[in-house]
Amino acid sequence: MTLRRVGQSGVVLGFLALLVTIPPVNARSLAVPLVLAALAAVAGGAALVHGERALGGYAVAAGAVGGLLGWAATSADRSTVTAIVTAGLFASMLRYATPLLFAGLGGLFAERSGVTNIGLEGMMLTGAFFGVLCGEKSGSWVVGLVGAAIAGGLLALVHAFFSIHLQADQIISGTAINILATGGTAYLFRAIYGTGGYPEAPRIPEITIPGLAHVPLVGGVFGTLNLMIWVVFALLVAAWFFVFRTPWGLRLRAVGEHPRAADTVGINVYRVRYVAVVSSGVLAALGGAYLSFGLLSSFSEGMTAGTGFIALAALIFGKWRPLGLFGAALLFGLASALGNSLQSIGTLSVFWLFVVQVLPYALTLIAVVGLVGRSIPPAAVGRPYAKR
Amino acid sequence: MSDRRVRFLTPVVTVVLAFVVGGLVVLASSANPLVVYRSMFVGAGFDWPFHLLPGNPFGVNEMIAASNLQSTLVEATPLVLTGLAVAFAFRCGMFNIGGQGQFWIGSTAAFLCAEHVAQNQLGTWLGVLAGMIAGMVWGAIPGFLKAFRGAHEVITTIMLNWIAIFMVSWLFGLNGPFVGEGNTQPISDTLPDTAWLPTIWGVLQPVTAGLFVALAAAFVYGVILRRTTLGFAVRAVGFNADAARYAGISVRRSMVLAMALSGGFAGLAGSVSVLGTDHRITSLDVFASQLGFTGIAVALLGRNTPLGVVLGALLFAALDAGARNLGGDFSPELARSLATVIQGTIILIVGGEQVVRWAFVRRRRALANEAAG
Repeated sequence: MTLRRVGQSGVVLGFLALLVTIPPVNARSLAVPLVLAALAAVAGGAALVHGERALGGYAVAAGAVGGLLGWAATSADRSTVTAIVTAGLFASMLRYATPLLFAGLGGLFAERSGVTNIGLEGMMLTGAFFGVLCGEKSGSWVVGLVGAAIAGGLLALVHAFFSIHLQADQIISGTAINILATGGTAYLFRAIYGTGGYPEAPRIPEITIPGLAHVPLVGGVFGTLNLMIWVVFALLVAAWFFVFRTPWGLRLRAVGEHPRAADTVGINVYRVRYVAVVSSGVLAALGGAYLSFGLLSSFSEGMTAGTGFIALAALIFGKWRPLGLFGAALLFGLASALGNSLQSIGTLSVFWLFVVQVLPYALTLIAVVGLVGRSIPPAAVGRPYAKR
Repeated sequence: MSDRRVRFLTPVVTVVLAFVVGGLVVLASSANPLVVYRSMFVGAGFDWPFHLLPGNPFGVNEMIAASNLQSTLVEATPLVLTGLAVAFAFRCGMFNIGGQGQFWIGSTAAFLCAEHVAQNQLGTWLGVLAGMIAGMVWGAIPGFLKAFRGAHEVITTIMLNWIAIFMVSWLFGLNGPFVGEGNTQPISDTLPDTAWLPTIWGVLQPVTAGLFVALAAAFVYGVILRRTTLGFAVRAVGFNADAARYAGISVRRSMVLAMALSGGFAGLAGSVSVLGTDHRITSLDVFASQLGFTGIAVALLGRNTPLGVVLGALLFAALDAGARNLGGDFSPELARSLATVIQGTIILIVGGEQVVRWAFVRRRRALANEAAG
């Protein structure tokens, strides 16, 4: 067996550690997931030591997470586990992952071009508000989406201007964007709709695929999903193709890795960065719009509640790659969905709720520190570029 | 203009500009910005000194003004400390966005210490210390990760913030280990008043010894930076890490210590908040609080100097406290959002301001070149 296979089987074993404890297998003994997790860790460790660093790291991580969650599942009683693990859980995972994917893709473009964007949160919030505002005033969700995109793009333009032309600290500018968006949307919301106002915007439609809805298991997950979920899947593929398979993508990456070199070969660094940052705002705003009138039907103050930051975490955990982002967003989405159903069922200890909630951040922290398949950002990210 | 005057004037210009932007926002919602700002000024209790004038020419109600001023000072107390936290890390060339998490870790440690060790003044001051130490530990983590693993402190502190927030909300949440006995709300027990920080001024929302803690911290901040080897190392690393390394300064050690001290200030903010003002921890506050982020604005506006931070904290506290005074067409909630907009504008302007100055210098140089050529 090659080293690669060892690593891969480690990853699979890690997932199995969780899977055996939930329906339909329903292993009830703590030993089962722990043994599987330990095997995953051993396989991962072996791969790690012998050079398959990334894969080995993933196997160790999968073992740790699978073992932890498997432990949680066996410590709860059977009916609780069956109540939590349903097709609904995975549909809910997709719903939570969608805003992360939109904002994460936004972050991907900005950071690949060399501009840090911690203002994603604020741009999402702006999209959430202006989407509802435009949707409610016009009575059309399409207008809502357009309004959200424009508002997000304009806010991102501010960030772009400060961090590209004025060469301001991008973290400071991003922080300002977040605070401005928090205050600005809350102000406008109250000024327009008054205290306790509840503007109802027409919602982005759900798409039911006729043949799929009745297929067992798959139908429960993919049968009826919001339009935006399919849109973001398409965007993911398009983004991957754009970034890694087109000359424009190559230029984008060149600007983010070595702007001086890119400039030398005639790429307009500023223009690439402006386009990237503005599209990042548009995408984040669409994610916010999905939150406010796709998932829900109205706006409330500060409703993004850190989603933009989780998106940033997903981007980092996914190593600034569309496919990685997809995996991370699904994982973080699953964590949110689990947290949500744990809260609604309420029989499992609150400690496990805490573990599930904290998982995205802890994993990202571990990834950044480089204990497991280290995340390394684009070389020029966060550094202003001065034309000569 | 001399450099000194520029340094003093820029924050003033920044604030004025931000208030103008805020004023435009108020105008857009068809209210009179001057009226709004005036009632915020009064609401912050800044009219209090006028009652000392002979004959009280402005007819200031001393009781109300004093109570308003007390709320402002109470709100300013933790802000001074979170501002110092951000400022200290800035001085070492690092951006500590983790004030929020360090604040809550500090609060928790202070609360638990004061509740369990001894419910008296000794417990209180031990609690203050515990909060500071817990903040230092939580703050040292990103410093350590940056120094030894090269992990960017902005990313790690954001992650650590959320970890801290979820941890504290679990500890004091429903069915959590430290939720108040028999509570159906996610709230801790209230500390017995023997464990509160001593009050100094006022009754309703009194100014506590926490204010002196904050001012002392600002003093210590200045002393550390200006008068100690550590402070010198921190500033050297902040100016130019490579040069500092070349000069034999341990960059890693400076980074870890700077982040630890930075976290200590934020933890202290948690201590004085929970022991001085709140006396309990609620899960909702943990998610709603913005003190750590406001600290960024305070530090940026105060240019990382102790006096600047104190004044900046006073300004933001006044904005928040003053917002409560509004009524009628312009609701307090609206005013509070306005305060947030002004805060964001200030950060944005400060972020871009270096550039404005740089542009000035460049133009002056260009003019000088033209004159010479």
